[in-house]
Amino acid sequence: MAHYDDLTRRMLLKGAAGATALAGLGMPAIVKAQSDVIRIGHLTPITGFLGPLGEFAQMGVQLAAEEINAAGGVLGRKIELVMEDSVNPQTASAKAERLIERDKVAMIIGEISSASALAIGQVANRTKTVFINTGANSDALRGESCNPFMFHIEAANSMMVRSVGTYLKNENMIKGKKWYSLTADYAFGHDLFKVAKKFVSENGGEFIGEELVPTDATDFSPYLLKIRQARPDVVASNLAGNQITNFIKQYAEYGLQFPITGFGFDTAVAWGAGQGNFSGIWPLIWHHMVDTPSSRKYVEAFTKKYGKPPENQSWGDYNSLKIVAQSFDELKSPDPQKLAEHLRKGAKFDILKNREGYFRPYDNQMVQQMYAVRAKEPGKMANQWDIYEPLGSVPGPNEDLEVLAPPKDGTCKIQA
Amino acid sequence: MAFVFILEQVLNGLLVGAYYLLIALGLSLIFSLGGIVNLAHGAFYAVGAYLAVTLAPRIGFAGAFVASPVLVALLGVTVERLLFRRFYRSDPILSLLLTFGLAMIIEQSLRMIFGAAPLPFSIPPALRGQVFVGDFIYPRYRLIIFGVALAAVTATWFLVYRTAFGRVVRAGVQNPDMVGALGISLQPYMTAIAAIGIGLAGLAGVLLAPISGVHPAMGAEILTAAFVVVVIGGLGSFWGVIAAAALVGVVRGLTIYFFPPAGEASMYLLMALVLLVRPRGLLGERIQKFE
Repeated sequence: MAHYDDLTRRMLLKGAAGATALAGLGMPAIVKAQSDVIRIGHLTPITGFLGPLGEFAQMGVQLAAEEINAAGGVLGRKIELVMEDSVNPQTASAKAERLIERDKVAMIIGEISSASALAIGQVANRTKTVFINTGANSDALRGESCNPFMFHIEAANSMMVRSVGTYLKNENMIKGKKWYSLTADYAFGHDLFKVAKKFVSENGGEFIGEELVPTDATDFSPYLLKIRQARPDVVASNLAGNQITNFIKQYAEYGLQFPITGFGFDTAVAWGAGQGNFSGIWPLIWHHMVDTPSSRKYVEAFTKKYGKPPENQSWGDYNSLKIVAQSFDELKSPDPQKLAEHLRKGAKFDILKNREGYFRPYDNQMVQQMYAVRAKEPGKMANQWDIYEPLGSVPGPNEDLEVLAPPKDGTCKIQA
Repeated sequence: MAFVFILEQVLNGLLVGAYYLLIALGLSLIFSLGGIVNLAHGAFYAVGAYLAVTLAPRIGFAGAFVASPVLVALLGVTVERLLFRRFYRSDPILSLLLTFGLAMIIEQSLRMIFGAAPLPFSIPPALRGQVFVGDFIYPRYRLIIFGVALAAVTATWFLVYRTAFGRVVRAGVQNPDMVGALGISLQPYMTAIAAIGIGLAGLAGVLLAPISGVHPAMGAEILTAAFVVVVIGGLGSFWGVIAAAALVGVVRGLTIYFFPPAGEASMYLLMALVLLVRPRGLLGERIQKFE
């Protein structure tokens, strides 16, 4: 009898192990459902060095779906999310196809990596399905790689540079100053550094150091020594994801005093740096202290649901789904072709900022306000989320919103 | 002036070597004494860091510094008893698969419990600050890491090469059947080795958490570097790991000084060179089991 017991116990263990393995095999969060729902694909990196941001993206889009469904859904139908980890460009492309062909999603929201966004954008164009990019910044996606079905609620690198640049000019940190930059050594970093360098040079600054940092670097000390030896006036980060966390922590460890700034930034990586480590002036597409009625409502709902304030990545995915739901309602149809036309016609949307945003038809970039923040003194932080104070928003109240958008240099060839 | 800057990078490289030594020491120990290629080493390192972040607010950094390696070592005992034990005499590929799966389960569990975003954690105020030697700068915390790494190495060396315990373990590596014939059961010894090796991963986790991002993939991030150090040093060599860690730290620092984009690639290049010239690593012994 003992032998028999042992056998069943083993079988049970094996069965449990098998089930665990199966569950991990990348099954979509929701597989099949009735046809009286509108299915939306959400595709973003959940693992890897952009994973922390992808998690906020999922939280944002789930909150939006809940709110939409609680208010009666879209055209009387519920929104159903099909969420996947995009992993890398190849997987992103394959999963985008599967979402469209097999799961019959009405459109796709997501992505953070510029390389993966490019891959999804190509699938979107071929299948004439709208894809709203919520986190990829490369200007090339709005330039030579643009297409009529890829929309960008996320700011382009040049928008990030111009917004934080405005504040750096105000603080006299550019003209006649020596700059030292650390740049993530892949497509995003290269693209960002190119526009950053152009901006700084045009405004009278000079780069005395331009380092490329491999994305798998975890120890920054040799770079910190070089910065210390070069004695720049400003240290600029064009790093990405977890790189920024490691860099900020070790910059504080080495006690370097040169002011820091950065052209690409996400709040989650600074929250993860810890007390007394975060410093500098940084750009953001949105932050949880933006003081408008819709923004306050969103922050409150998010904090209640997840126990922490939203960050900029969750803003993009939340608003994208809201925009799509609103558009379907206005169009009285979930038709992807009509959605693309509608968005390109300049429909305006409340995106939790003072002024409404719209996609401009030239490159499908969302034209909108941008923000900058300054790190708080450690003693003035009320809690672990309270790490910076808002510096304001650009463009100014009387300026055209489009001044920040990438220049219409003719590289994007979408037919009007 | 350039010479001074290069010297500064070399000395800093030795400090960074302590960083690599901490993450590679336990890996080397379990491999050389247990024959297990522990791909979950990085995951145990991450568990150590997460324990530090969880425990420090309650029992202080000093408390976490002691408690979390001990807890990770206890986890190591469990893993050895339930899993490693079955694979000491089998094809290394099996333990490779086992620990690879284990690493994925641990990383995903951390993600489910703590979320994917990095958790805030800083150097305790008392350990902050920098020490200046002439114009050279050394963060106080790095010097502490250096000291702890030295202490860990010395203690491990003493245990393995100067105690009765170490003699049995080393004999077990050479000829487990003979040890058995002498009436000594190897099992408790192997459990102890796994506990120490995995506990060292936990120790590295606590020590490095204040200066690197605490996120679920942090273990995967350092695992490759740890392996490179062990391979350069020579599989199974105690002194080899120490030499390799220092070498990797210095070579990486100099590469970043002269040609930063190759900073991380330099250690792989170094490994390729060492393997070409000396396939068993700097100070590696010939291990029959793997030949």
